[in-house]
Amino acid sequence: MSMTLLYVQTLNGLQLGVLLFLIAAGLTLVFGVMDFINLAHGVQYMIGAYLAAMFTAMTGNFFYGLALALPSALAFGLLLEFLIFRHLYDRDHLDQVLATFGIILFLNQAVKVIWGAAPLSVPIPEALSGSIRLMDGLLYPVYRLAIIGSGLAIAVLLGILVSRTRIGMLVRAGASNAPMVSALGVDIGKLFMIVFGFGAMLAGFAGAMVAPILSVEPGMGDNLLILTFVVIVIGGIGSVRGAFIAAILVGLVDTLGRVFGPQLLRALMDPSAASQAGRALAPMLTYILMAAILFFRPGGLFPAKK
Amino acid sequence: MTMPPESGPGFLKREAVPVVVFALLALLPFVAVLGAESYLLSLVTRVMIFAIAALSLDLILGYGALVSFGHAAFLGLGGYAVGILSAHGQTDALVQLPVALAVSALFALVTGALSLRTKGVYFIMITLAFGQMAFFLAVSLAAYGGDDGMTLSGRSRLFGLDLFKNDRAFYYAVLLALLGAYGLCRSIVVSRFGRVIRGARENPQRMAAIGFPLFRYQLVGYVIAGTLCGLAGFLLANQAEFVSPAYMTWQRSGELIVMVVLGGLGTLHGAIIGAAAFLLLEEWLSGFTEHWKMIFGPFLVLVVLFARGGLMGAIRRLGGGGHG
Repeated sequence: MSMTLLYVQTLNGLQLGVLLFLIAAGLTLVFGVMDFINLAHGVQYMIGAYLAAMFTAMTGNFFYGLALALPSALAFGLLLEFLIFRHLYDRDHLDQVLATFGIILFLNQAVKVIWGAAPLSVPIPEALSGSIRLMDGLLYPVYRLAIIGSGLAIAVLLGILVSRTRIGMLVRAGASNAPMVSALGVDIGKLFMIVFGFGAMLAGFAGAMVAPILSVEPGMGDNLLILTFVVIVIGGIGSVRGAFIAAILVGLVDTLGRVFGPQLLRALMDPSAASQAGRALAPMLTYILMAAILFFRPGGLFPAKK
Repeated sequence: MTMPPESGPGFLKREAVPVVVFALLALLPFVAVLGAESYLLSLVTRVMIFAIAALSLDLILGYGALVSFGHAAFLGLGGYAVGILSAHGQTDALVQLPVALAVSALFALVTGALSLRTKGVYFIMITLAFGQMAFFLAVSLAAYGGDDGMTLSGRSRLFGLDLFKNDRAFYYAVLLALLGAYGLCRSIVVSRFGRVIRGARENPQRMAAIGFPLFRYQLVGYVIAGTLCGLAGFLLANQAEFVSPAYMTWQRSGELIVMVVLGGLGTLHGAIIGAAAFLLLEEWLSGFTEHWKMIFGPFLVLVVLFARGGLMGAIRRLGGGGHG
């Protein structure tokens, strides 16, 4: 096991973690402030990727495509909020799970109808193509570094927004006690809409950013959604800081576990058994981590509600 | 037998729906002879198998308000018990079935004991996590087909006889299993144990204050539900003569919840009707268009928004049975 591989995989894990954070940030706020389980949040990520692919193909430039995809993702999120979600806020969790499950079924099929079942591919923009030499023998694609960089920048901005501004203060107050905020005269409906639209746009941004390195296909958000839920549950529902730490943790554990898990096991048992057990254990690691954390801290690492 | 307290004036009226449903199911093979027999039998067998799974989920979801989002794991466990045993030449149901049930019960005991420590949303998420673990475990079983799943050499035998090979015999075996599962769940619900579970749904603090160790009651309920769903998995593997990790995707768990809620939570026969409605609707809509999910998704949203109490609620309203 070489150090170069370790560095590359750590960067890959960081990249997955940053992506998870972009999706989880909106989800944890929607969850925390509105007590609303939105299974359809993964679909917002998929929509973002498709919009970026479409606009990039239309304009011929990824950055124009990205710039057009973001407001479209926001508008789409607000449309969903207006049509369906706002009627579900005061329903129980089961109703929310069902209705948003229905939305997933619809939208996964709808993108198939509109853009076809075959995966779309988006070329990596010229300015960010190629690899950069980070140290001796360590080449890393520029575009992936750009994803990590932009994700971290957004994390910082979001942190400032949530902890330093008035709207952030309302959001934090809403996450710990929404009825009280409403009783103090804040238009909670408007607050919900802002949080929801913002979350949808962040998820859409994540989708748009990965469009050039992953295949854009129907259902691409489904499995990531489950990982995102793991993230927000570990981090504590409603906590942006918790979501960030948990996202990086899950990203690293998942990526490094898949690569080095089987190698570490090989030290303990014979090679064939180790690779078999490693393959079985690696994808389970994040879920084991979540179960363990919930066992010791049933409210997650940084619970927003007391 | 004790009358369920909420049955009110008409016990017979309330039991009329399941009686009609079971009578129709028992008569179907005679009608099916007239045309498309094998298609009808296999479709309705599948419906009944999923009805058992939905029934088991209704026991904890409808009566215990425990929203398990990993229930499909038990379908897979039951299925893989059949698949793995028959891959090693053990094809007798007398061995396969007890193993399938025992594995499901054990998994339910361990995961239930951990999950029931949490409440509400966290319970939903942790059951989801355990479901995903089971899914990835199945994917990693390279010796048993991995991602692609495995084809069985044939259906289970009984005392070495090929009884289930005949589709009609298998149909009646499944019907019998469904009837047994329904009877078991019904008697659990009206028992003292069932009342404690329901009490925990209404007001856990009060039940705990009266002195019931709720955790133990809920855990037993969870194990019963998981074991019953393992039975459904055993039957499903036999029906399809195929098992794969697709049995236990989280979407499948979601579909099971849909079936229960579609039929009407906490009614038991609602779960049977919900499973039938879901699968028949899927079959019917996919006959029109391959994009049937574009119709089914919005339908689901509309049911949630406008049809409280699911199909059983609608039937009750039509029958003028008031609010049930």
